[in-house]
Amino acid sequence: MYVIIVGGGKVGYHLAKALRDDGHEVLVIEKDRARCEHLEAELGDIVLRGDGSEVAVMEKAGFNRADMVVAVTGDDEDNLVICQVAKVRFQTPRTIALVNDPKNAEIFHRLGIDHTVNATDAILAQIEQELPVHALIHLLSMRGGGLEMVEVRIPSQAAVAGHRLKDILLPQQSIVALIIEEDGSPKSPDPDTVLHPGDKVVVVTRRENEELLREVFSRPAPLSSPYGPLSLQR
Amino acid sequence: MKVVIMGCGRVGSELASQLDQAGHQVTVLDINPDALRRLPPQFRGRKVIGNGADQDVLRRVGVQDADVFIAVTQGDNRNLMAAQIAKLIFGVPRVLCRIYDPAREEIYRSLGLETVSPTRWSVQVFLQALSQAPGEARREE
Repeated sequence: MYVIIVGGGKVGYHLAKALRDDGHEVLVIEKDRARCEHLEAELGDIVLRGDGSEVAVMEKAGFNRADMVVAVTGDDEDNLVICQVAKVRFQTPRTIALVNDPKNAEIFHRLGIDHTVNATDAILAQIEQELPVHALIHLLSMRGGGLEMVEVRIPSQAAVAGHRLKDILLPQQSIVALIIEEDGSPKSPDPDTVLHPGDKVVVVTRRENEELLREVFSRPAPLSSPYGPLSLQR
Repeated sequence: MKVVIMGCGRVGSELASQLDQAGHQVTVLDINPDALRRLPPQFRGRKVIGNGADQDVLRRVGVQDADVFIAVTQGDNRNLMAAQIAKLIFGVPRVLCRIYDPAREEIYRSLGLETVSPTRWSVQVFLQALSQAPGEARREE
């Protein structure tokens, strides 16, 4: 695969290194001369100096044959234009933009960018993962329709533990897509699948139902009863 | 007419000043407070310090109620992003955008953005001047 990375900062550098080591053809475009020299010393001859949002530079870099363009400069407006021009002028099949200001992610999607990545949300997701109270992790925002893919870890005292999926009342328009068992093995869920503590459940749901979903999966069972306070029977 | 102008350089400040004199309701936006000093003392419009490529700033200056949005900062990409937000997110009826790079200007014009390229335009003016005898262009003015 030929991947063009625009922006030779820390993200661009590590991305280029990882993709190159994976056997992909990689090119990094960077404006700053000193930074370019550093990148060349580290990565070898896969660096092009120039403004990656200039059409002439894009032509020189071979945007027309790139399988993927990744824009990871520090300026959102540059990342947006790079990906838009790649799409419109060079028909790049896949574009990914780094979003420095998380609220721009939604705008980028509406303006045609295939995929956005933002550090703030990624770190927040990591924090959510670390905090036991936050049992719900965002995996993916799907374009349009307000759907989210989230992961919920079933806590040890959860009311739903030991119950079959078909007996658990989920919020509307929520579908359990995948279960990852505690030992890490993935399992395709069916209505008779029984949930166990430590299972990770991947669910596609509507944004507004997230809290309810978290509640359903992580609510603890009362000590007096082996079954939860939720009405689990149909 | 309610007009929001982003970028208070030579073009932005002059444009703001003339539209204000013509009786329009003008808001000028610039990230640099010094730039807003270019506006003449008699300017009656609103001056706001902020980044026009930030949707929160645009909302705060009321771009959703504007009739016209003009992006004339020094940065092509900044103008392009702000203009698209104004047009597609806030639904401003008339959006104008300056783009120095003729190649990018062509691409975004083909996407339906109303663009102005001073580069292309200046080149034409120079070529036209050269095709005339010296002094002729001046006499025409």
